[in-house]
Amino acid sequence: MLRVELRAQPSRVWSYASPLLALVLTVLIGMALFVLLGKDPLRGLQVFFWEPIRTPYALGELLLKATPLLLIALGLAVCFRSNVWNIGAEGQFVLGALAAGGVALLAGPDSGRWMVVAVLLAGVAGGMVWAGLTAWLRDRFHANEILVSLMLVYVAIQLLGFLVYGPWKDPLGYNFPQTKTFEAAARMPRLFDGSRLNIGLPIALALAAGIWLYLFRTLSGFAQQIGGLAPAAARFAGFSSRRALWIALLVSGGLAGLAGALEVAGPLGQLTPYVPAGYGFAAIIVAFVGRLHPVGIVLSALLMSMFYIGGELAQSRLGFPKSITGVFQGLLLFSLLACDTLVAYRIKWGK
Amino acid sequence: MSSTPRLELTGVTKRYPGVVANDNIALSVAPGSIHAILGENGAGKSTLMKLIYGVAKLDAGVMHFNGQQVQVRNPQEARALGISMVFQHFSLFDTLTVAENVWLGLDKHLSLREVVERIEAKASEYGLELDPRRPVHTLSVGERQRVEIVRALLTRPQLLILDEPTSVLTPQAVESLFVVLRQLAAEGCSILYISHKLHEIRELCRACTVMRAGRVVGHCDPSRETNASLSRLMMGSEPELLSARDQAPGALLLDVRDLQLASEDPFGTDLQGISLQVRAGEVVGIAGVSGNGQGELLCALSGEDRRAAPGSVQLAGVDLSQASPGLRRKHGLHFVPEERLGRGAVPTLGLAHNVLLTRHDAVGPLGWLRLGVLRAQADEIIARYKVKAGGPDAAARSLSGGNLQKFIVGREIDCNPRVLIVSQPTWGVDVGSAAHIRAEILALRDAGCAVLVVSEELDELFEISDRLHVIADGRLSPSVPRTEATVERIGAWMSGLWPSPPNQQAINAEGETADA
Repeated sequence: MLRVELRAQPSRVWSYASPLLALVLTVLIGMALFVLLGKDPLRGLQVFFWEPIRTPYALGELLLKATPLLLIALGLAVCFRSNVWNIGAEGQFVLGALAAGGVALLAGPDSGRWMVVAVLLAGVAGGMVWAGLTAWLRDRFHANEILVSLMLVYVAIQLLGFLVYGPWKDPLGYNFPQTKTFEAAARMPRLFDGSRLNIGLPIALALAAGIWLYLFRTLSGFAQQIGGLAPAAARFAGFSSRRALWIALLVSGGLAGLAGALEVAGPLGQLTPYVPAGYGFAAIIVAFVGRLHPVGIVLSALLMSMFYIGGELAQSRLGFPKSITGVFQGLLLFSLLACDTLVAYRIKWGK
Repeated sequence: MSSTPRLELTGVTKRYPGVVANDNIALSVAPGSIHAILGENGAGKSTLMKLIYGVAKLDAGVMHFNGQQVQVRNPQEARALGISMVFQHFSLFDTLTVAENVWLGLDKHLSLREVVERIEAKASEYGLELDPRRPVHTLSVGERQRVEIVRALLTRPQLLILDEPTSVLTPQAVESLFVVLRQLAAEGCSILYISHKLHEIRELCRACTVMRAGRVVGHCDPSRETNASLSRLMMGSEPELLSARDQAPGALLLDVRDLQLASEDPFGTDLQGISLQVRAGEVVGIAGVSGNGQGELLCALSGEDRRAAPGSVQLAGVDLSQASPGLRRKHGLHFVPEERLGRGAVPTLGLAHNVLLTRHDAVGPLGWLRLGVLRAQADEIIARYKVKAGGPDAAARSLSGGNLQKFIVGREIDCNPRVLIVSQPTWGVDVGSAAHIRAEILALRDAGCAVLVVSEELDELFEISDRLHVIADGRLSPSVPRTEATVERIGAWMSGLWPSPPNQQAINAEGETADA
């Protein structure tokens, strides 16, 4: 008989092995899905896992897509570790994009390169304001941050719609709902010729290191996490829960806003109604698959980016439905939650 | 007395991951006997009771009840056999009445009116005062326990298991409980009485099984033993002796003046005009039945509750009424809370990181953590206070209650506080560690620290305090020197009946309520 038994100590080995096993399960179930859809499973695997890293250009695209996921998930890791459930990173991403876009639209043909800094800072500020709204409502009125942050996503999308269909619409844009393309001075400098990869990647990697230092090497980062692990102990120690709430939401809002700025002033180059691409929600999965740890999040952001690109390739090359990316994201999250049982429990055969 | 034991266990074994909680236990309880199970915390007493009551399943061994071999798979089957249990922590709904609470555990075919009648009949049969129509949140802890006992009695048990029943009672309430238990035993009901309070066992029981580290280490007749011989059996060694001393206290350090505070918890206790002074070099004890405002008072003193009026909490002339816990620590006021896991320490974190909760010696400029310093600090506390732990990175929850308490008390003592406030210093701690912790507290007092101890264990307060207060219903009694304190006097005060100072007599006379 199969039995599940509580371990005396959580297993260290399985806390690392669980995401890998989850990935294997995701691939296996994915292959079964390919077969059921009447497609060649090996070809499907190749499109999902080999095509995105086959050429330097493809690799650049993979890293480009991983950047916003990485940035947002880093902020969410700070939030979730502080027991603050920010589900609205998508909205903070949109507001960051809006604020950055607004500044980028001010740039003229002869603006200097400092414009890039202004665009990025505006993005950070935009995301912070949107997350700060959630923090304020929670702090002042005890409103549930899960609901408030989630609902503010839809407000942010409406705000974006209003601006690109209305005041910010490009007069020369044939009435398409989009702003004019940003001036070169306001666009993110690219890293290499022949790749769309821009300065966002090194910024995100530096911030991953910064968040790691903050969480594990500073008293403030320690205090944040105590609030999540044992609220009574945080109160006993004198770590303010209000401070933890504000720091968590401002950091994650700022990072989501920065991701939004990098996205509109990077690959997109203008504001359109299609700015919200679901990165804010996908980053929740990225954060958990990465164990809420900056190093793990770097890896899981790459994986999630692979699913995005693989999903698109599977659509165009193999005629898969559009929802295949979402299916893979969901498979991965569910497999991970199932495999995580093994961290605290062991499975035994026999009586 | 018939020759068939009411309950007989042979070779009972229960393993949990990493530990054998019960190892080949043999136990025989005669009909109508009050049988004590004595052992330190973690000796396996509670596990054994859970096996008998069907809460946990035994891995090996045989259980006979009235001569029949039985397998108890769940508490319903236990109750059907005639086994009842009163747990240490009550399972009552605060917002329901006594009768409704009892009704929940009974057959559904009874009407609420019938339940009320049965409770009244059963209560009067045993001389227990209990109004079935009162909501549970209005009851004192002693009354709640009566509800649990009556609930157990309504199933007409042949074996009643009581887990640490006196830990929440005043000495007078303990006496009336013993009367009930003796009456029950005289009627033929067997009682398994779990406790680590030696004098109670010597007074009540004629048979005793002693457990240590999951095994039975002895049987005895407690009435023929002394406290010392029983604790030798229980621990395998004698506890450390405390040194007595007489020394005049020094400067006034902790000064609480007319502290009024409404509780944040709807079922909590409001603090009413608490005044209390602790001087350097003295230990002041606060006795009282739990839930009489101790928690609220400690939060107001530690800074976890910062709503106190300005001037009501002062440390050596500095007003700290609304200061944060961190600021209070900077002024030398340290606090050891009652709950170790989750409040005094973070269960999943290592001991080194738990040092950071109250000690910031390892924090450098800009809040930078020097992990090497932190580990060395934890190592030092572990060594100095003889904490059994797997090093500075061992998770707090991997330590036994006693060892974690030694670590937490050590963490606070180690920085030479001016004022130390300790809540339940040895609650749930084995006898050896308890003696060690008390000795550390006294050493700190001798070094000139002002110590305030809040405890429900009168023995402990008599042992270490220089002066005693009693807290009842959010009010604090005048202090009495240890030499003038007796169990009877403090016990009466625990019901709120203390002589008021002349100017307050008129006010207090109407507010006094007795909890007999």
